[in-house]
Amino acid sequence: MELISVISLTFIPLLIGFILLYGTFKQVPTYESFVEGGKEGIKIAFSIIPFLVGMLVAISIFRASGALDALMNWIRPVMKSIGVPAEIVPLLFIRPISGNAALGMTSDLIAVYGPDSFIGRLASVLQGSTDTTFYVLTVYFGAVGIKKMGDALKVGLLADVVGIIVAIVVVAMIFGTK
Amino acid sequence: MVNYIWVFMTVVGFIFALINGTMAEVNKAIFDGAKEAVTLCIGLISVLVFWLGMMRIAEESGLLERLSKLFRPLVKRLFPEVPVNHPAMGYILSNMISNMFGLGNAATPLGIKAMEELKKLNGGKDSASRSMVTFLAINTASITIIPTTVIAIRMNYHSASPTEIVVPTIIATIISALGAIIIDRYFYYRRSRKG
Repeated sequence: MELISVISLTFIPLLIGFILLYGTFKQVPTYESFVEGGKEGIKIAFSIIPFLVGMLVAISIFRASGALDALMNWIRPVMKSIGVPAEIVPLLFIRPISGNAALGMTSDLIAVYGPDSFIGRLASVLQGSTDTTFYVLTVYFGAVGIKKMGDALKVGLLADVVGIIVAIVVVAMIFGTK
Repeated sequence: MVNYIWVFMTVVGFIFALINGTMAEVNKAIFDGAKEAVTLCIGLISVLVFWLGMMRIAEESGLLERLSKLFRPLVKRLFPEVPVNHPAMGYILSNMISNMFGLGNAATPLGIKAMEELKKLNGGKDSASRSMVTFLAINTASITIIPTTVIAIRMNYHSASPTEIVVPTIIATIISALGAIIIDRYFYYRRSRKG
């Protein structure tokens, strides 16, 4: 644990230092390049706003109206019959939609059921091994102006389903289901 | 498809609000959601400016190119349409590496840059190319080596072993990334058979 926190703390400073020294060595005008590259960041951030506003408003409406809860209640028995604990179902639905909400749910599950329970471990692994597909899709495609997404959403969501199944199986196999 | 999902979530939400009597909450949600989105984007400005600035130095010094040379054999198979010396390769790789180390805020700017380069490769069209779909699939499977946030939460709640989930996470993440690649390939071959 000590080692891991040392690595993750030193990684970013090391990376930045290396980029700067390498750039200086190769006689790149480092500061000017940094500023030029940074300008692009502002443009990108502003160009994603409409995409995220559209997506997040729809998601908030869906959640606040109780539609998400209804969907989960409907699907819960099905999940339970294949061995997925009912407590974890909301997390499965939130994970592809909102990273912050998923993180909140994960810490809530860990707080209530304990970090070393099946549910606590499952939530931990799920948090690490899947991503917010809708957010990634909206931001990445929105920023560069891709309108026709093709199979991207289908592929991303199916990949999430695979990630969830794998997480459940791996946790059950390594720690058991207690 | 996104258009349908978007309208579906909104309209079904309104219908449920009518039935459940949650109209007040829904009204609030509309503007809360919009506000959250803008806050999120404003928050992104700092990391976007910082990491894109850094990456410009890495690009101009040739560091990005060296990185892509290192992993060329692997990534060439994943993205057969991207020429090996193209800057897109460098950005795709740095995005994947940032994700692996749990540097979410560095991964997003790099991912956007990678998308931009992939769009150039696709002749600037507004439809997703094969490489873009593959890139997204790998991203949503999110290959992680050190899930730092989760470890921190587990420590907070006094886990007997906060890091015991690292190995399971790595195993799960590798298998789900492989799954994502297989699914992506399946859809690609289905598309190309249709012509």
